[in-house]
Amino acid sequence: MRKISPADARITSSQVTPYETYLSRRALLAGAVGIAAAGRFGGAARAAVPAQGALSYTRDAKYSVADQPNTFGDISTYNNYYEFGTDKADPAKNARNFRTRPWSVTVGGAADVTGTFHLEDILKPHPLEERIYRFRCVEAWSMVVPWVGFPLGDLLRRFKPTSNAKYVQFKTLYDPQQMPGERVPVLTWPYTEGLRIDEAMHPLSMMVVGLYGKVLPNQNGAPLRLIVPWKYGFKSIKAVVGIHFMADEPGTTWAGAAPGEYGFFANVNPAVPHPRWSQATERRLGGGLFAPRIATLPYNGYADQVASLYRGMDLRKYF
Amino acid sequence: MRAVRRLLKPAAFAACLVPAMRMTAGVFALPGFSLGADPVAALLHGCGRWALNFLLITLCMTPLKNWSGSRLPLGLRRMFGLFAFFYAALHLTVYVFLDQSGNVAAVWRDVVKRPYITIGMIALILLIPLALTSTARSMRRLGRRWTVLHRLIYAIAILGVWHFWWQVKRDIREPLLYACGLAVLLGYRLWKKRAAAARISAARLAEIGEALAADPRSSASRCTDP
Repeated sequence: MRKISPADARITSSQVTPYETYLSRRALLAGAVGIAAAGRFGGAARAAVPAQGALSYTRDAKYSVADQPNTFGDISTYNNYYEFGTDKADPAKNARNFRTRPWSVTVGGAADVTGTFHLEDILKPHPLEERIYRFRCVEAWSMVVPWVGFPLGDLLRRFKPTSNAKYVQFKTLYDPQQMPGERVPVLTWPYTEGLRIDEAMHPLSMMVVGLYGKVLPNQNGAPLRLIVPWKYGFKSIKAVVGIHFMADEPGTTWAGAAPGEYGFFANVNPAVPHPRWSQATERRLGGGLFAPRIATLPYNGYADQVASLYRGMDLRKYF
Repeated sequence: MRAVRRLLKPAAFAACLVPAMRMTAGVFALPGFSLGADPVAALLHGCGRWALNFLLITLCMTPLKNWSGSRLPLGLRRMFGLFAFFYAALHLTVYVFLDQSGNVAAVWRDVVKRPYITIGMIALILLIPLALTSTARSMRRLGRRWTVLHRLIYAIAILGVWHFWWQVKRDIREPLLYACGLAVLLGYRLWKKRAAAARISAARLAEIGEALAADPRSSASRCTDP
């Protein structure tokens, strides 16, 4: 596999908001008052995503919902992340010492720019933004989460997908040494997910590196995870190490494990029940013992933005 | 020994209440206790799991008696059975009033439409007559019929484990463990029954043998005896 230098990868990102330019302008301005060097180096440090601690980001009101976000404690202790155990409390315990550096992502398939990239080079050109999204699990509970990340489409365009790239597949790290859940054949490892290319390029689809302004906790999918807010949570794959552009629909982990229960699309849909339970309502966590269930919205409330992607499709068949 | 016997029941009673007290402590978020991000699910699953635990514990008492030769386990059996009912009733209460906010129509829709809820509800309803006839007076009054009625616990335990199995998303290890435990407990009873039947036929054979030895001419009539 061809190794691409960071410079090559960056050339293709011309349409992305030029964060470095913004920072160097700041440095120039700062130079006028005599602290140019400090400003420039400070800016360069902030442009990279650190392994832990606070992130530098802007707030994106356009794509954020007004719902009250769940607490950091709830979001970081109630996780479906079978690689670290099947109990919701397992990942917070078992992912504590998970190593997120060094990290690399292998990009392949129908694209002009392929190879294995350092995480730093993957992240470098992308200005970070915070978006408050609804998160709906297929188990009929939901949260509201302030993610920090950048649009998935901006990343994918850097690899110049060819016209054959109709789908994009993602893979989670396979490392049973570090991920004890992968020693148990509960699912087929590594975890694999996929999107149609138009879904992946949709501005709501997001690569996430942070939560509540800080680097993403390991149990939430650090160092790099997907968030597709109008789909059930299992589509939003964690700890991504592989991105593959494909002509045909890729197999995905849950749809493979139980084809009658989980589909490739997995769009949140109150009208199509899970074969064993209803999807019409959800329990919004954080409301305490007596909070009533709330109605689940088509496409998790993002119908205005994404329903057009599925026009003419039989949503009972393509669930 | 007598002191142990006198203390055993109250001690077991207190122990049976520990899960409920831990959950209550979680509800009030006492230091060191928490129900986590989804307290309704924690209570729902906690009560359901303990109802199953107590069903299996109840079913352990007879083998334990046979194995130990002591009658102490039988003295605790009713209490464990009633605690199974207690936790199952709490499980239902949490489901109806917290999970479904008392929306009876929604509950009914679930019971009718979702098979795992249907069988869970059947198991719980079947527990009611057992709880009601758990008194010594009912035992006396019903006589042999009491034993027959209380064999329902086998069906209830099967339905309960099935109810658990059916709602698990993928990781069936825990329900599998319950199913194996139940299979051992029910298998033990089948085996005992067969052994008893074998003992009876062996005794019968011996009897026939003796009769033959005493009077060979009576064999024909003996063997055709229904």
